[in-house]
Amino acid sequence: MKDIASWILNTAQTRGASYCDLRVVDERARTIATKNGKVGHASNSESLGVGIRVIADGAWGFAATQDLTRPSVEATAARAADVARASARVKQHELQLAPEKAHVDEWTTPYKVDPFTTSIADNIELLLKVDSELRAVEGVTLAEALLSFRRYEQWFYSSLGSDIHQTKFITGAGYSAYSFAGTEIHKRSYPNSFGGQYQNKGYELVEELKLVENARRIAEEVVTLHKADQCPEGVFDIILDSSQLGLQVHESVGHPIELDRVLGMEANFAGTSFLTTDKLRHLRYGSDLVNVVADATLDHGPGLGTFKYDDEGVPAQCTPIITNGLFTGYLSSRDTAAAIGENRSNGTMRAEGWNRIPLIRMTNISILPGAKPLTFEELVASTDYGIYMQTNRSWSIDDKRYNFQFGTEIGWEVKGGKLGRMLKKPSYSGITTEFWNSMDAICSRDQWTLWGTPNCGKGQPMQTMGTGHGAAPARFRQVKVGSAYKGT
Amino acid sequence: MLTHEAHSQMLTHEQAEDIFLRLSRYSNADGLEMLISGGHSALTRFANNTIHQNVEEENYVVSVRTVIGRKTARATTNKLDDDSLRRAVESAEAMTEVQVEDPDLLPLAPAPMSEGPPTERYFESTAALTPEDRARAVENIVAVAKKNGLTTAGIFSCSRSAEAIMNSRGLSVFHAQTSSEISITMLAGDSSGWQKANSPDARNLDPLVLAETAARKARDSASPREVPPGKYTVILEPAAVLDLVGFMFFDFGGMAILDQRSFLTNRVGTKLFGDNITVDDDVYHPLQSGAPYDGEGVHRQRVRLIENGVVKNLVYARSTAEKMKKSEHASQVGGIGPTGHGFPLPNEIGEAPLNVVFDAGPEGSRHTVEQMIASTDRGILVTRCWYIREVDPYEKILTGMTRDGTFYIENGRVRHGLRNFRFNESLIHLLSNISEMGTPVRASGEEAFDMVVPPMKAQDFNFTEVTKF
Repeated sequence: MKDIASWILNTAQTRGASYCDLRVVDERARTIATKNGKVGHASNSESLGVGIRVIADGAWGFAATQDLTRPSVEATAARAADVARASARVKQHELQLAPEKAHVDEWTTPYKVDPFTTSIADNIELLLKVDSELRAVEGVTLAEALLSFRRYEQWFYSSLGSDIHQTKFITGAGYSAYSFAGTEIHKRSYPNSFGGQYQNKGYELVEELKLVENARRIAEEVVTLHKADQCPEGVFDIILDSSQLGLQVHESVGHPIELDRVLGMEANFAGTSFLTTDKLRHLRYGSDLVNVVADATLDHGPGLGTFKYDDEGVPAQCTPIITNGLFTGYLSSRDTAAAIGENRSNGTMRAEGWNRIPLIRMTNISILPGAKPLTFEELVASTDYGIYMQTNRSWSIDDKRYNFQFGTEIGWEVKGGKLGRMLKKPSYSGITTEFWNSMDAICSRDQWTLWGTPNCGKGQPMQTMGTGHGAAPARFRQVKVGSAYKGT
Repeated sequence: MLTHEAHSQMLTHEQAEDIFLRLSRYSNADGLEMLISGGHSALTRFANNTIHQNVEEENYVVSVRTVIGRKTARATTNKLDDDSLRRAVESAEAMTEVQVEDPDLLPLAPAPMSEGPPTERYFESTAALTPEDRARAVENIVAVAKKNGLTTAGIFSCSRSAEAIMNSRGLSVFHAQTSSEISITMLAGDSSGWQKANSPDARNLDPLVLAETAARKARDSASPREVPPGKYTVILEPAAVLDLVGFMFFDFGGMAILDQRSFLTNRVGTKLFGDNITVDDDVYHPLQSGAPYDGEGVHRQRVRLIENGVVKNLVYARSTAEKMKKSEHASQVGGIGPTGHGFPLPNEIGEAPLNVVFDAGPEGSRHTVEQMIASTDRGILVTRCWYIREVDPYEKILTGMTRDGTFYIENGRVRHGLRNFRFNESLIHLLSNISEMGTPVRASGEEAFDMVVPPMKAQDFNFTEVTKF
């Protein structure tokens, strides 16, 4: 790898680049999915290549190739410099990067069981056992289960002198049961929608999830939804389960704090942000109980946003985003940090693979648990009337991240401090800052889960990235409920 | 192995056959199928009147499917040396061996008896576009922005790609094409405008016209006002139509009916939409793009999906057609047979129409957007929709936002820009209430695949909330 790096760095320098970094990525994946008693998808895949990023004439260029021979990588480095020079034709000022030191290091995701050492036959057997449990309940019309393993090894080098070798294991598992009857299709997922739970772990995650043990309950719930009452429309207190709250954080905190969005760089596709720079350390984002961090360090847990260095060679950090309700931080890169006068990137640049340029991506954007002990049961017990909503079904938010609407798979009425009747098709909507200011309770650490969102899309060309979101069940006062079905 | 020079020159059918021959030497399976795809792609991205990202990529991926008895599995690699190809075959075979027998698995697709209609979608002038060419176009777009006191953001992308499918039953199909796309947002202090176009031939894209239109929308929607949510007459420009209707076409696959996850379950053959809704899937349409065969190499057929509001036909992969014939739905779903719409096997989804073409009726019955506005007493003009998601899968209720140019119409004229709306609208309701349509164009949005759709005027579109800008 060092040879490849030196060929590239030398070529870039010869071609006039003032900065160059490169990432050689060797990626391996296994995906197995079952559907209604059969294997639906079974594949192994691997991908190897190098992505080269340079600054020449004060502008960025990037080129990538799968061919790691010397002629190829030198030609690709030269190409990146040519692309940068073309970029320089249309610029308003010279590109500046916040300073960063050179780092030489090696790091691997802590794991117990390399998922690729587990047998495919055993993987299939587990999924078919789940499938069988789901379809044992009459009324389940479709059962889908998934196992996903990924090993992502990256060598990063830069003209600053960095030499960083990182290996990540990403494991995911989960399932969904559907029930069609009359004019309704209901769905229940475990342990979360979007394919289940994903973390930077080995196969031990699959064992921790107790997939088979929960399948019968999930199947019974999806069938029972046909008999459930429609979630009422009105303004009510709501309690969100931790996975739905994790997605709420993702959409209404995680995206608007991306500094590239704030600075207009995503205006054509993902949009901009209501969090203009004048709001930093001035905006009351939420109630005093709202504390959100962007934490990529291992101390935070094995989230999909956990690493030791980002894809610009900046060490992982923990950045306070909302502190006792006050907006206190963005997600930044070396160029966006410099653009707003910060003296260092907070290390959030990640690329989907070797053939994509790093972008500011959420790391682990987590709402911290309440400081006082509060169980879910105690939270419900302290609620006179409200709706408890569990597991995301639909999600939508405007391009400045203000107006949102979420639907969940299932809900329950809370009455007199107790969970009551099941409710189908729950939904809620609101305005980001009004919503977070209405949070008046959040459960404590023992109720907190670090969820993985494996499918966050951003950028052009589109990149899909995994992000982490820790959350515990929380209550929000007087939220608009049921507008998804209003007037339809 | 392909050298980096060969990459730059594009994969040929002969090179693809050579790779398949090498794979075949390593395989002991009953059947072997290869998909190879890749090429060169480039994208110049600009924001704040500056090119801030500019990327190029060369990559080819070989995907191998092996069949042993009634079992199948897949392995994929982008390493094209002999050792890696051998490992890919071994990996696919090892995964195949441990599969559970699938009695519904068919043998590999046979070689087609005849060629489909030609589809010329490779344009040398698009393949030859350079970073400098793209930068020059961006310079012109930025000049329009500056002339109007705006800032601009967007992309100019282009690619040349090749793909082939070959199998041990003698099937060998190859497709090469170019693509190009320009998307432009113009931003003012409190408003924005947007335009996007996409074509296999970059000469069909006019960055200046797109930039001027986006700039006009940004100017005209300045100082947006708020009107209350409710049901409005709405005029949807083609990109807005595309992103909405795109949410229903995966339900037109036979497998979606068999899985009972389609909103067409128990509805094929019924009149679900207005008389004026007729839709085909037609990869051979002159405004369409993509390969004329599916994930198994089966030639795509033209399929009439909706005729005068009645759901007429579904699309099928080979194995889905066989399953459908034996299913309880067989007598209710119209013609059943492979239509060349399957995804690469093994997969859970089955198939989908991806070359959708709306028929807007004879030219004399069509209306331009300007004519639609002129005939509207009170309504809303929507340039683009955003973050659309399915709320109810059977009633096909979608939620989403308007974006980048939403206007209030009164007494036949656009009066002013509006704060953006959230909608919750059923596609069944929407397509049952279309009062006017324009000439279909190749439209491109962000939520759905590109298709050929007209602008539409609809009654009683359900806006449920307003946002803050």
